[in-house]
Amino acid sequence: MARLLQRYKDGDRMNHWFIALMFVLAGLSGLAFFHPGLFFLSHLFGGGSWARILHPFMGLLMVLGFAGMFVRLWRDNVVNDADRAWKQHMGDMLRGNKAGMPPVGKYNYGQKMVFWAMVVSLLLLLVTGVMFWQPWFTPYVSIPVQRIAVLVHAAAAMLLVAATIMHVYAAIWVKGTVRAMTRGTVTEGWARTNHALWHQEMTKGR
Amino acid sequence: MSNMQSLDVVARSATTTPTPQVRTAAPQVAKLIDESKCIGCKACQVACMNWNDLRDDIGTNVGVYDNPSDLTPSSWTVMKFFEVEPKEGNLEWLIRKDGCMHCEDPGCLKACPSPGAIVKYANGIVDFHSEHCIGCGYCVKGCPFDVPRISEKDNKAYKCTLCSDRVGVGLEPACVKTCPTGAISFGTKDDMVAYGNKRADELKERGFQQAGLYNPQGVGGTHVMYVMKHADRPELVDLPKDPSISPLVSLWKGVAKPLAVAGMIGAVVAGFFHYMKVGPVEEKTDEKEGA
Repeated sequence: MARLLQRYKDGDRMNHWFIALMFVLAGLSGLAFFHPGLFFLSHLFGGGSWARILHPFMGLLMVLGFAGMFVRLWRDNVVNDADRAWKQHMGDMLRGNKAGMPPVGKYNYGQKMVFWAMVVSLLLLLVTGVMFWQPWFTPYVSIPVQRIAVLVHAAAAMLLVAATIMHVYAAIWVKGTVRAMTRGTVTEGWARTNHALWHQEMTKGR
Repeated sequence: MSNMQSLDVVARSATTTPTPQVRTAAPQVAKLIDESKCIGCKACQVACMNWNDLRDDIGTNVGVYDNPSDLTPSSWTVMKFFEVEPKEGNLEWLIRKDGCMHCEDPGCLKACPSPGAIVKYANGIVDFHSEHCIGCGYCVKGCPFDVPRISEKDNKAYKCTLCSDRVGVGLEPACVKTCPTGAISFGTKDDMVAYGNKRADELKERGFQQAGLYNPQGVGGTHVMYVMKHADRPELVDLPKDPSISPLVSLWKGVAKPLAVAGMIGAVVAGFFHYMKVGPVEEKTDEKEGA
């Protein structure tokens, strides 16, 4: 039986899954307005008007949820020298040759980039979304500015979706990862393989 | 507002397949507003609210004749009054009947995300089917003329219908019927362009060298046109000189849509094949346990 290491506390995990739920809800309702081929998604929310009413609130809850995650995790996501070394070998990793990857801490360069992409996209989504939040805020924003806002909102949403696809894929790809968010623990073998410096830190003094 | 099957739909918002448009011989219509004949009586405003059963809230006097001071969800046409000096020391009082221009290439329809909430009929009229409106305000961003207004009561967008219900049964719009000076005419687009040009020529003879027809080509021409005394300077009456759908809106509701959807699907498909190619990353089951 492999020994387990605590990777996330219960609060971290609930915070994460709250964001994930809100991402799905805000994402599906937002896509309904973005492409006519996806308008059917609005029916999941009770029709177009309800999707329009609910979308901003779900988006706002996602941002608030992420603010909690940001406070918890931003320090762990500052890029350091170990990440720069890891980055040089990212191509090898993607080609399936994960043997020679330099050791990294709690998060590798790819994870950190996903984190910061989410921070940036959510900030943009929040600011631009408020600018054309019908009917509350639109009266205070000029139409030319709203046009910029809708375009930036769509682009930021795509960045967030792209980052999330990578995030989910990496969790599926790297075996033993998902349990970190469902149970809070990972095996020592997983930690040694994927986050050797974090493993050292966690097992120091044993 | 109205849904007239007799007026064939040639364009429909948020719809990716062709609409029924077998009847191609429907004549294009247009309303021509001759600013030089307008006396500012506002009979057109009254006729509009009468025919469409609209009653706007009583507003406040803002110190000029404009009443209400701007288009609202229940005032689909408004007389706007302009005191201008096109030439130094030469005061002119210009009056413009504001309302939807019924663009040949409607920005509202391009921006609208709700299927069928905005349609364009074969005769050129652009109409809002408000029961499909979801209140997002995208039409407001799409419009180059700042025409659609969202109601605070029901969160639906409203604007002039060009009396599509009257035109559909062979009547002219209510404002045209009521205009006491003949400043508003209605007919086929070709006839109205010809008549508008003739009126502009007459104005030129009377000394308005820059008289002309306002039928902006940036939006493919409009089904509401103006005869102007100063057609070189439409901004005198608060109209854009060369209107077109904002490039931001064209990008957003044009190439960005398929690209983004393809990108999302592509990312998932790429992930799938990547996994199948290189397989999962599993923990090293190395021997030097106890490091």
